This record gives sequence, structure tokens and C-alpha cells, in this order.
Amino acid sequence: MSVLIVVEHDNEQIKASTLNTVTAAMQIDEDLHALVIGHNCDAVASAAAEIEGVKKVRKCDAADYEYGLVENVAPVVEGVARDYSHVFAPASTFGKNLMPRVAAMLDVQQVSDISEIVSDDTFIRPIYAGNALATVRSTDDVKLITVRTTAFDAAGEHGGSADVESLTPSADAGLSSFVKHDLTRSERPELTTASIVISGGRGMQSGDNFNMLERVADKLGAAVGASRAAVDAGYVPNDYQVGQTGKVVAPDLYIAVGISGAIQHLAGMKDSKVIVAINKDEEAPIFQVADFGWVADLFSAIPELEAALD
Amino acid sequence: MKIIVPVKRVIDANIKVRVKTDRSGVELNNVKMAMNPFCEIAVEESIRMKESGAAEELIVVAAGPQQSQETIRTALAMGADRGILIQTDVPLEPLAISKLLKAVIEREEPGLVVMGKQAVDNDNNQTGQMLSAMLNWSLGTFVSKIEIEDDGFQVVREVDGGLETVRLSRPSVITVDLRLNEPRYASLPNIMKARRKPIETLTPDELGVDVTPRVDVLEVNEPPSRQAGVRVANAEELIEKLTNEAKVL
Ligand SMILES: Cc1cc2nc3c(=O)[nH]c(=O)nc-3n(C[C@H](O)[C@H](O)[C@H](O)COP(=O)(O)OP(=O)(O)OC[C@H]3O[C@@H](n4cnc5c(N)ncnc54)[C@H](O)[C@@H]3O)c2cc1C
Ligand SMILES: Nc1ncnc2c1ncn2[C@@H]1O[C@H](COP(=O)(O)O)[C@@H](O)[C@H]1O
Repeated sequence: MSVLIVVEHDNEQIKASTLNTVTAAMQIDEDLHALVIGHNCDAVASAAAEIEGVKKVRKCDAADYEYGLVENVAPVVEGVARDYSHVFAPASTFGKNLMPRVAAMLDVQQVSDISEIVSDDTFIRPIYAGNALATVRSTDDVKLITVRTTAFDAAGEHGGSADVESLTPSADAGLSSFVKHDLTRSERPELTTASIVISGGRGMQSGDNFNMLERVADKLGAAVGASRAAVDAGYVPNDYQVGQTGKVVAPDLYIAVGISGAIQHLAGMKDSKVIVAINKDEEAPIFQVADFGWVADLFSAIPELEAALD
Repeated sequence: MKIIVPVKRVIDANIKVRVKTDRSGVELNNVKMAMNPFCEIAVEESIRMKESGAAEELIVVAAGPQQSQETIRTALAMGADRGILIQTDVPLEPLAISKLLKAVIEREEPGLVVMGKQAVDNDNNQTGQMLSAMLNWSLGTFVSKIEIEDDGFQVVREVDGGLETVRLSRPSVITVDLRLNEPRYASLPNIMKARRKPIETLTPDELGVDVTPRVDVLEVNEPPSRQAGVRVANAEELIEKLTNEAKVL
């Protein structure tokens, strides 16, 4: 049977998370379909049709889907899910919001945030902030799965030439309405896909001091992240948070600056290839996972690093 | 308005869990348990709604083993009015929990259900979404701000790109994020008072819900551990090592 992925997008562009989800779904079956739900989203449907491995795109386009309100979008996924053995979405806030709502409509127990596919019905997923890995087998006839995107490579954006089929939209559920977005605009790479991430913690002491990290980030082509303590203190916006309850990242290089290394923070970055820790406390737990530890006051270390990168 | 807050008993978030040697799960014996931190935030927010006059009654519901009573008591000591324990020793999945909660909600008819976005044991992040689907109610997930309006709620959601504000019709299911509030500690007098607050006990059978698991846990393993590496003394050395040894620059 075929497999379906739900495409994450903003009506103009596909989010990178979709490409990792394609790679995961392809491990189950090569007959991969992509579902695009949105408004005036032809460009997204065309881009989805070009993703390497996508055999068919199903598009459902209506004004009621413009902002992805889950009460409206979930019935569309529910409507086609039974055509497939598996339905995949990224374990981003998009997928986390949508998929369990669909799962309940189908009376299916979803499997969240998988990091490995063992077989058609068996998956590995981190539990307890990544302190344990559970191997689980789903007995439901349709499997609903969200994918930890950092655990799967991105599929190629080009190479496919799928047909696009239109689905008939359902009516507005009338349960919710969109008010506004306050999205963080940045010229830097996206946190979850950047190959280098530099994160600051409570040790940064203020939002202004994050400018120091940003200058280093720009020299490295890095994204900027943060611990929860730094977000709670208002130094940076919430979408910078890395960790169990924030974003999971696994870049080639992760630089933790003034971050102690609580388990909830490690949960979001310990799969990085190389970890650097800069902390003035040589006992800080972050050093236990760091490949390169630099015991230093960050207010001298970061300017020194910036200068040395020239 | 009546509010229901589902609460879960989990291993205290400050404790590093250990995988059992037979790999059947994590060690729960002699481990400090506590209310899931996100549920505490949900309880706190609901108490504030009561204090502001926006809500009349706050009911906490926990599904699980008998000891989940302790978690209910904690919420009662914080300020909830009464508790419902749905008692079972069967390991419960979000789908089953949602069905149990739905049965209670149909009886109690609250205008709002506030719950954690995620339980920090299985990190499922599903129950609120599932419950909202079963009730066909509006859903606000990962919420860091709630404003009560005449016929609904305006909520701010923490999404990957930043913040999103949506309006939800009443009744609604709202799942909360960490930055919504700072939960209070129960005072001693309130802990004493909570002992006299009622807790009703029900069973899945009484609610007519089949809680048989759909997902089998085959085994639980330790994740690969990372080794501490080397220390560097200055920026030159760090860059040299990242470039030549680690080859990431
Ligand atoms: C349910 C739950 C979920 C959570 N989810 C997350 C999550 O997703 N992500 C997350 O990050 N946290 C999360 N946390 C919080 C987590 O437990 C820690 O509290 C948090 O990670 C600490 O952030 P921090 O390391 O920046 O701050 P701290 O622990 O205060 O550490 C600050 C560090 O900075 C160092 N420092 C200070 N000044 C300097 C200086 N001048 N130079 C060099 N070093 C300096 C200190 O030595 C210290 O090690 C969660 C907690 C709970 C209960
Ligand atoms: N056994 C349970 N009893 C009551 N509420 C629960 C239970 N399990 C989960 N919940 C609620 O669902 C939220 C999300 O849990 P989860 O979907 O497991 O991540 C929790 O914060 C609780 O509010």
C-alpha cells in the first residue's frame, strides 16, 4: 500500500522539515504521495511534485485552509488517510498540533517523534527527554507517525515529476479563527536545519549581549539558539529554545555558551556531531557531553573567538 | 464557567531516569514522583481564572494507578475544588486517556479544558489534540497566553516560527506551554484544607472505555552515551581543533 506525507508549508514555500519526512516515509514504501493543504498554494504543490521520490501530489486548496487552522485541516487528512498504510508528518509544531487530532478521528494511537524505522510497524522513539529509547510496535491498521526530522536526511528537492490532483475542500468547521502572526524574521539559517548552531544561556545576562553571539554566528554562517532560561528571562524569542520542549537540533557543530547542560537542554542537542561548551564553571554538566570544552568567562571568550575567526 | 484540568503523575523532572536491566522500561521503584510540570502550569492558570471570577469551579482529573491520588491532592492544595481519579493499572496511551476524559467531560460539561502540552515521561504531546477531536471542540496547543472573551478565548500559541494568535470558540481544549505562568506552591493551611476536598474514584469499565494498548513497547534501551572530550585554552586552539581534527569548519 502507498504512504502519505503531510506537507508543511506557508502557502509559498515548502518547509525543510518536509524533506526529512519524505526520507523517513520512503523507508516504508516507494509509492509516496504528498498532501498539500492550504490556500493559493499552487507553488507549494508544484514544489512538492518535484521532490525526489514523490509519486503523486494531492492538493486541497481553499480560503479556510490559509492559516492551517487544525479544526479545518484535520478533516482533510482524515478523509484520505484510509487510502494509505502510513501517514507521516514532521514532529514540528505543525505536525504535533495536527496529527493527534487526525489520529483520534481515525481511532488510531499515533506514534510520536520517531528517530528510527525498524520495520513497517516497529519504530524507535526517544522518551524521558532522550534518556531512554523505546522500541514500539503499532497494531493499528493505519499508522500515524510524526518524525524527528534531525534523525533523517533531507530528500532531494528536485528529481521528481509527480502529477498534482485536486481534492474537494470540506466546509469551515467554524470553531476557530486566525488573528495574527508575530514571526521572528532572521537572515540567518533556520535553527533546525543549520549546520552550525551557537546557543546562549542564562550566562549571557541580557538580550543585548546576544549581539555578541550573532556576530560570531554571522562569521560562521550559523543559526542562533538558546536555553529555556535565556528565553524565560526574555533575552530572545521563544522560538530560539533548544531542548526537550523546544526544538531538537543536530548540526555538525553546536556551540553552547553560558549554558549549564540540564537534561532538558541536552535532549535537544546531544545528537549534534561536534559539541563545544564555553562556560566559566569547570564543573558544569555541559562539559560531560562536549567534545571541546573551554573554561572561560564568555565575555572575554566570545570577543576572542570573533577576532580569531577573521 | 466550569474548568477541567487533566493531570498526570510522572517521575520528577529533575531526576535522571534509569533504564531497567531487563530493558522492559525505566525504573519507577523508589523514584520521586511529581505532577507533570506542564500540568502544574495548567492548574495554576485555571486557579487564576477562578480568582479573577472568570470560572466558578475547577475539577482535576487523573487517570492511572491509585497513587495518582497524590497528584490530585497536590492540585487540590494549589486551589482546585474537587478531583476525579480514573483508576487502572493498565498502562494508558493518549488515545485511551482521551476517551476516559471525554466520558467525564460529557458528564461534567465544562466550558474549558486546560492541560499540559506534553507529559515529560513519554513525551507524546497528543492527549489534548485527541480529546479536542473526540469532542469536536476548538483546539489551542502550546499556549503561552489566554484571554477570556464572552463566547470564547483568544490565545497566543508558541509555534516554530514565533507566535500565532488565534480565537477559539467555547467550549475549548487548550494545552499550555512553559511560559504561560509560574505555578504557586501550596501553603500548609491549603494542604490541610485539601485533605477534606472530595475525590471521586471511577474505573474505565464504569465509563465504558476499552483501554487496551494499541502500541506495544518491545524494549527500552539506554541511548548511546557521549564521552567528554578535551579542554582547549583559547580561541586559536579551538578553531584549530574544529578545523583540523573535527573538520567542521
Ligand atoms: C518540564 C521542563 C522542560 C524544560 N525544557 C527545557 C528545554 O526545552 N530547553 C532548555 O534549555 N531547558 C529546559 N528546561 C529547563 C532546564 O531544566 C534548565 O533550567 C535550563 O536549561 C537552564 O538554562 P541555562 O543552562 O541557560 O541556565 P543555568 O542552569 O542557570 O546555567 C547558566 C550557566 O552559565 C554559566 N555562566 C554564567 N555566567 C557566565 C560567564 N560570564 N561566562 C561563562 N559562563 C557563564 C554558569 O556557569 C552556568 O553553567 C525545562 C525544564 C522543565 C522542568
Ligand atoms: N494519565 C493521565 N491522566 C490525566 N491526564 C493526562 C494523563 N496523561 C496525559 N494527560 C494530560 O495530557 C497532557 C499531555 O500528555 P501527553 O499527550 O501524554 O504528552 C498532560 O499534560 C495531561 O494534562
